[in-house]
Amino acid sequence: MAFQILLNIVLAYLWMFIKVSFDPVSFVKGYLFGLVVIFVLRRFFRSRFYLFRIWSFIKLTLIFLKELLLSNIAIVKIVLKPKLTMHPGIFALQTNLTKDWQITLLSSLITLTPGTLVIDISEDNRTLFVHAMDIGEVQDEISGIKNTFEKAILEVSR
Amino acid sequence: MNVLVNFLIGFFILCGALLCLIASFGVIRLPDVYTRNHAASKAATLGVMLILLGTFLYFFTLEGHVNSRLILGIAFLFMTSPISGHLINRAAYNSGVKLWDQSIRDDLREYNKKMLNKSSVD
Repeated sequence: MAFQILLNIVLAYLWMFIKVSFDPVSFVKGYLFGLVVIFVLRRFFRSRFYLFRIWSFIKLTLIFLKELLLSNIAIVKIVLKPKLTMHPGIFALQTNLTKDWQITLLSSLITLTPGTLVIDISEDNRTLFVHAMDIGEVQDEISGIKNTFEKAILEVSR
Repeated sequence: MNVLVNFLIGFFILCGALLCLIASFGVIRLPDVYTRNHAASKAATLGVMLILLGTFLYFFTLEGHVNSRLILGIAFLFMTSPISGHLINRAAYNSGVKLWDQSIRDDLREYNKKMLNKSSVD
């Protein structure tokens, strides 16, 4: 991905040298033309066309923001309830992610989801231990959310 | 337009302050370290982020001044606060702070026991 971006910048500079006009507008023009060239030649690169990956990263950021908002609403509901009726607990969550940055990202996402907080990660990086605010009713739902997160993270790193 | 933006600024800052207040209520009310950490690490994060966003909008609309430090502050807060919540929880668990007595399961204790047994066998 980094190679494709670098190549795109080089193509933009090439455009600027061809046009003999060194201003930001022609840089942007050259960048767009280079984007088209890289898209046409995408089957010669080992990784996929890099705009797709940037798009999935943007999607991941939007999920992050949405979950942050929902988790705050959930916390406010629990705190302002007159009686404390939740059942907290710690459950184990198996993960398929292997790289360190993926696991860090997943645990940050889990920490920002409604009512869950990562406590520990096992030594072989396969299991996350998650403290949940209300474990009885949400566990299925939470595992569903995790699947979407894991999928989004895998989408970014594909 | 200007009225709308002013309304938005007021909304952001008031919402942020309210969330911080509710987070501090949560820290007082909730029963143990872990549940308190839920309140502190989520509600306070969004609260401070909203206040910073309102401040950014205020200086942008009234003075025409783009303060990029506020945006950076939001990004840094967004990245660091879940990690700090995780670390505090982990330190509490490893130093033996008990869960609330109405907690219903604890997979981590079993895991730790298993690891301890394995290391004593080795």
